[in-house]
Amino acid sequence: MRIMDERVAAAWRVLPDYLGQHVLLSAAALGLGLLISLPLTIAAIRSERLRWPVLTFASLIQTIPALALLALFYPLLLAISALSQRIFGQGFSALGFLPSLLALTLYSMLPIIRNGVTGVLSLDRSIIEAARGVGMTDRQRLLRIELPLAAPMLMAGVRTATVWVIGAATLSTPVGQTSLGNYIFSGLQLENWVFVLFGCVAAAALALVSDQLLALVEAGAVRRSRARVLVGVGMLLAGIAWAGIPQLQRESTGYVVGAKSFSEQYVLAALMSQRIEESGAVVTRRTGLGSAIAFRALLNDELDVYVDYSGTVWANFMGRRDVPSRPQLLQELSRWLQREHGVQVLGSLGFENAYALAMRRDQAQALGIRTIEDLAMHAPSLKIGGDFEFFGRPEWQALRQGYGLRFERQRQYQSTFMYKAVASGDVDVISAFSSDGRILAEDLLVLEDPRGVILPYDALILLAPRRAEDPLLRRALLPLVEAIDVEQMRQANLMVDRDLDKRSPAQAAHWLAQEAGLP
Amino acid sequence: MDSADRTGTQAAAGKGGMPPAIELREVSKSFDGGSRFAVRSMNLVVPAGTFVAIVGGSGSGKTTTLKIINRLIEPEQGEILIDGESVGSMPAYLLRRRIGYVFQGIGLFPHMSVAENIAITPRLLGWDAPALQRRVVELMELVDLPREFALRLPSMLSGGQRQRVGVARALAAGPSLMLMDEPFGALDPVTRDALGSEYRLLHQRMGLTTVMVTHDVLEAVLLADHIVIMREGSILAQGTPRSLMQEADDPHARALMDMPRRQALRVNALLDAHP
Repeated sequence: MRIMDERVAAAWRVLPDYLGQHVLLSAAALGLGLLISLPLTIAAIRSERLRWPVLTFASLIQTIPALALLALFYPLLLAISALSQRIFGQGFSALGFLPSLLALTLYSMLPIIRNGVTGVLSLDRSIIEAARGVGMTDRQRLLRIELPLAAPMLMAGVRTATVWVIGAATLSTPVGQTSLGNYIFSGLQLENWVFVLFGCVAAAALALVSDQLLALVEAGAVRRSRARVLVGVGMLLAGIAWAGIPQLQRESTGYVVGAKSFSEQYVLAALMSQRIEESGAVVTRRTGLGSAIAFRALLNDELDVYVDYSGTVWANFMGRRDVPSRPQLLQELSRWLQREHGVQVLGSLGFENAYALAMRRDQAQALGIRTIEDLAMHAPSLKIGGDFEFFGRPEWQALRQGYGLRFERQRQYQSTFMYKAVASGDVDVISAFSSDGRILAEDLLVLEDPRGVILPYDALILLAPRRAEDPLLRRALLPLVEAIDVEQMRQANLMVDRDLDKRSPAQAAHWLAQEAGLP
Repeated sequence: MDSADRTGTQAAAGKGGMPPAIELREVSKSFDGGSRFAVRSMNLVVPAGTFVAIVGGSGSGKTTTLKIINRLIEPEQGEILIDGESVGSMPAYLLRRRIGYVFQGIGLFPHMSVAENIAITPRLLGWDAPALQRRVVELMELVDLPREFALRLPSMLSGGQRQRVGVARALAAGPSLMLMDEPFGALDPVTRDALGSEYRLLHQRMGLTTVMVTHDVLEAVLLADHIVIMREGSILAQGTPRSLMQEADDPHARALMDMPRRQALRVNALLDAHP
């Protein structure tokens, strides 16, 4: 029960930030959507030739899933930014607010345009004839007759768009925009259902309140009650101002700590945030980021610090295929980050989160297996299980070639079931991440890689270019370097992943700090 | 033909110095690119101050003819002259502000009060607020609407009251020319008769020129000075009600014009049969 209360309290603490950003994003998208949709609506009303293409375009956008639409804007904006960098010497961020804004703006257009066009075209013909008959110009007819009479229909479209946009804005979290989706994405990852529910309820409540305020404006417009319109518009603007003013102030101050979307990252982000806050600075967290997005955000100074893994940087961002020794890789990587991007590697935390092979400790001991070399001799009589990705990865190729591994059989599992399979003896060996808490929970042995064929994945603290020499950040985070061993990280990960006696990332981070003997 | 019959042709000849209020010259309109004509090579002269009724069956082109006059429908060919001036090249909305227009659908603006509806054309012409207000009061008296109706919405009025507002709106900017398309067609017979007679008096008092389209020959006979019978986009016959009822040459025209008298005779017979 106390855990429940703590989770709810944790959810309330971040509500102003999440809700504020969510409101700002939705309001900006709807404002921009209206600004674009109204001229398009008028064009579609007046020109039969334009009507079909405009409505079809808007419908087409609606068929793209919102998440895909958001994701598509990231590479698009990245390309435009690169182009602008080349032409004007000035790029812009392809992350966070901008892609979310554009995608949601497009998303808001269909209901507004369709309702506006239908509203005007379905007006009584005799009223249109009268408007022409009394000598109105096309413009006067539009402004005095058609738009006022179609206003309820148009407003209904705006209300639909509002509800859609507020709902879809929760999906902007993975592209780096803080929103109420942060509750949902982190809650899903950490199996914190209180967070998931909190995010859903908050988004629904926001949608409902906005819809009702717009309904008030609409009723006021229909009944020509200025008071209603003013109250509705006033409350909407007050809400946006409430969301916006703290955001504007926050932009300039404080450190931004990032995290990708898995448990260890949430724990490490919490750990770093706690240390920065203890040094007296303000911290904003941007969690649940896609891997490439977190890295790009750091390069663009939108994140100040986050933890990434040497193998990820080496293979995914540097595009290297070779596997040098650990010290050499670290040296080349640090130099590349410094030279190409001005990113500072503060140091390694002291553990790896690498691809690894693991088996039950008792079975390994019985067979006398400690390393992958030992495993190779027994492999033809053993079964291996991997997650959906593993057998397609270069690491698997390297292992097979490097050790001549041949198993009796190989199977694929969803990762939770993979651990159950090795525990129950359905398979003998599994692919694992070396810092996964479940290794501890199932008492597995991670086999050593004496030939060094698997890329090292040391957890590295990366500092953004503008914070590369930041004294406060260095003072706060340097004690973390080489301070955490893999057993401790597994234990912390297990705390937030397990079902019973589950802890929040912040609690796990506190535990980790104590365990590592940090000052 | 008697002399009254010749009003049209006389004015067309330009006698008397004043140009006709309306003149259509060789006007044609087709809605399907020229295979069928709603109005074909139409010539019509309406002298100032006359009340002209255009009658004919549905599809005869009478409504098209009316809408060509204020260019709600643009003809493909021909010329339109209002008060002797060709109006084909001026912006249509400027022309329409000079001409009152009343139609069966009435088309009151549902989101505007009675007063706002009546004042719309003067407002478009840029009258100031006191002038608008005076004009609304004046017109509501003219069409016999209680003053307290001014702030009501059209949905709160009866059909007859709405059409009074429609007439007032058409008269608001002080046009000398009124076009009416089945203006009283949707009203009950008593209201219809009353409104028709009242309008005829207004026409007289204000020295208007009125062109009214109707399918009701009796209404045309009772209200108009001059009747134009149309069929298949052309004028079949025209003249005073009296002359057309007495001596229409065309069999279709005669059938049409005989109707009021035949009905009157039957009504009389009915009354005589029961002393």
